[in-house]
Amino acid sequence: MKSANRWGLRTLGLGYLALLLLAPLVTIFYKTFEHGLGPPLEAITSSDGLHALKLSLLMVAIAVPLNTVFGVGCALLLVRHRRPGNALIDAVINLPFAISPVVIGLSLFLLYGAQGWFGPGLAEAGIKVLFSVPGMVLASIFVSLPFVVRETVPVLQEIGTEQEQAASTLGANAWQTFWRVTLPAIRWGVAYGVVLTTARVLGEFGAVSIVSGQISGETETLPLYVEKQFQNFNQAGAFGASVVLAMLALGTLLAMNVLKGKEDA
Amino acid sequence: MGISVEGAAKRFGDFQALNDVSIDVPNGSLTALLGPSGSGKSTLLRAIAGLEVLDAGRVLIDGEDVSGKPTQKREVGFVFQHYAAFKHMTVFENVGFGLKIRKWDKAKISARVHGLLSLVQLDGLADRYPSQLSGGQRQRMALARALAVEPQVLLLDEPFGALDAKVRKDLRTWLRRLHDETGVTTIFVTHDQEEAMDVAGQLVVMNEGRVEQSGTADDLYEQPANEFVMSFVGEVNRLGEHFVRPHDMTVLLDPDERSEEAMVRRIVALGFEVRVEFILADGTEVWAQLTRAELQKLELRDGQIVHLRPGQIKSFSGPSSSDGHGASTPRDLPEGGDAEVSAAA
Repeated sequence: MKSANRWGLRTLGLGYLALLLLAPLVTIFYKTFEHGLGPPLEAITSSDGLHALKLSLLMVAIAVPLNTVFGVGCALLLVRHRRPGNALIDAVINLPFAISPVVIGLSLFLLYGAQGWFGPGLAEAGIKVLFSVPGMVLASIFVSLPFVVRETVPVLQEIGTEQEQAASTLGANAWQTFWRVTLPAIRWGVAYGVVLTTARVLGEFGAVSIVSGQISGETETLPLYVEKQFQNFNQAGAFGASVVLAMLALGTLLAMNVLKGKEDA
Repeated sequence: MGISVEGAAKRFGDFQALNDVSIDVPNGSLTALLGPSGSGKSTLLRAIAGLEVLDAGRVLIDGEDVSGKPTQKREVGFVFQHYAAFKHMTVFENVGFGLKIRKWDKAKISARVHGLLSLVQLDGLADRYPSQLSGGQRQRMALARALAVEPQVLLLDEPFGALDAKVRKDLRTWLRRLHDETGVTTIFVTHDQEEAMDVAGQLVVMNEGRVEQSGTADDLYEQPANEFVMSFVGEVNRLGEHFVRPHDMTVLLDPDERSEEAMVRRIVALGFEVRVEFILADGTEVWAQLTRAELQKLELRDGQIVHLRPGQIKSFSGPSSSDGHGASTPRDLPEGGDAEVSAAA
């Protein structure tokens, strides 16, 4: 009886996952290769497709390191230097989770647009933020900001301060203590945060779509490219690019699970 | 190197952890800071290491005021209760950490680390990770790590507190021997008076952020400065305003002019020594420490009415106290004399 119940639950759970998560993924793979390798390959090796891929990777290359450095520093500030203002910082860091990416995109638009607070000044200095890479980088950083902080804070709390104090009694200064003791102790938490940040930046659509202006071959990331191909009834192209995007995302998620396994060990 | 602390004060919010504390630790000594939890002993030790910043007062190591120096420049070895092992490093890397920071070359580090590992009897475990060691082994590794940098002073914060009784006893003996060999000025914090007396030559008894008394184990036991020291260092019975050690209680079957009636409540045999609990006519509970032979001679049993004659009694008037010989007692207990034969002496 008990085992029948367990099998029932397991089937229900797996069925739910299969219907909601696996079925769409399988469809994409099936549709992509329905007419052989040719059409999808052509779509992603087109100049716009390749540019979109490169631009997505560029977003990752800029936003992820910045958010990692900021995230670790911020986590250290929150955990190791308890101050009255910390609760506010903690709440503000969660904002990107709470606010819809479209709203984030719009707010950047208002801030850096021709009539925005910073727009005219920056335009005079010859810096174009909207409809170009800087604006897209800003949007990517904004939406993926909390991950490293959120993953690092609990690990820092868990390791405590004794190892750091021991290092200082052994002659290590603050910098040496951070690199040799603190960072190695929190490395799996940070790595987990980095993986989540990467996945988020790769997949970001809403905020980037607003600030980029979606100019093909110029300000189009992979998700924007997929959307445009789909709108233009180029199904092979849309699906081909989707598969590339899905593979990148699956790769990062796989990396995350490997890291998680190591952390538990 | 001798250590002095002068007028140390430290407050955590509403809690006064240290209140005008001054101590002197002679060069080469092994000193215990003894007190109940919350007495400020750990805070004092951490202040010497620079891990706490004092609100007032100063710390001198070898005559030099180090109050403004950060921890990493004080050249102190510190051992934590929960080992503070670097979990991502092997035993070898843990012990060699301070030397690597000091940029020693590899061959020299290797020679020194292996020397220390054999000193703390961890030869052959150099490549293990801390998680693969027992508690006692981890604490010995932590000691080797602290000793590696040849500190001027060695500070141990409840070093055996997290270990089981058997290992604790072994490590005590071992720490004393290590101190004899290295001669490093050592201070260790403990709440266990037996451990303090077993290991240390000098004891500093602390309570509520103040030093109650310092001296040798004998000084504290024979000449306690006040009620707190008397009851914290060794066992004590309280008789009104007076205090008497349980081994200073003589059990008589017939009354004499200095005895008081008491009823046997419970007899607890603890190996060679026997603990007999009594209740006096006014309800006061006391106990006496007897030997097995004495108990057999008296043939005591539960509920029996006997007569107790206290030997050396002490009383303390107010916080600054004195030896209480000769004080009259509210309960008309006769004062004890040095000629009294104590039950377990």
